[in-house]
Amino acid sequence: MNYNNILQKLPYTKPFLFVDELLKVDEKSAEGLYTFPVDSFFYKGHFKNNPVTPGVILTECMAQIGVVSLGIFLLEDQVNESQEIELAMSSSEVDFYLPVFPGETVKVVSEKLFFRFNKLKCEVRMYDKTEKLICRGKIAGMIKSKLAGDNSRKN
Amino acid sequence: MKEKEILDSLKKIVSPYVQRKEGLENFNEETDFIKDLEVNSANLVDVILDVEDEFDIEIDNDSMNGMMTVGDAKNIIERKLASA
Repeated sequence: MNYNNILQKLPYTKPFLFVDELLKVDEKSAEGLYTFPVDSFFYKGHFKNNPVTPGVILTECMAQIGVVSLGIFLLEDQVNESQEIELAMSSSEVDFYLPVFPGETVKVVSEKLFFRFNKLKCEVRMYDKTEKLICRGKIAGMIKSKLAGDNSRKN
Repeated sequence: MKEKEILDSLKKIVSPYVQRKEGLENFNEETDFIKDLEVNSANLVDVILDVEDEFDIEIDNDSMNGMMTVGDAKNIIERKLASA
């Protein structure tokens, strides 16, 4: 199975799209990959002469793969395919363990904690190529399809 | 369960999510979660999940949509407890 239908619905584009590939998306979890291009805009300023991926960008990458992609899957399950989504991050609490340098590929693994009343909250982890933990945390967002009324449900 | 117990319990549940603390000083059935307490919609979901755990009830989408004030929440809780 490929997840192009989900990728196409992600409401982001360069330079703020942080999903290359989805490896797995199901009712309870999502996994995906992203490689940070060496010429990404933020390396110019973070830090001076010492490019490191900002934590806020790592958090965004975790949210796009772990929460938004999963949310699109969960919504598509219930509503007609052509609808667009409305989206807002509502909270994030992330601990960081390792730096991510330009050109690195990361894997994001997310598990759903709950999806109710349009709020999707997930436990999300990011790993490097050697499966070492880069960061982990809980991220939540409000997500619903634009036309439908209420898509929430228990778990 | 007495009304006052439900209101006390609601106040305790909502407190961590309140932006406008003055709203808590005058906490009553007319208190509006969003207007008076400035709880955001994402945290209102947390409030509802906490209410479900506290009272061991399940709140459906329709009930959630009608939950604007503390009094609305109290009525929903009472109704669910009565039908349990």
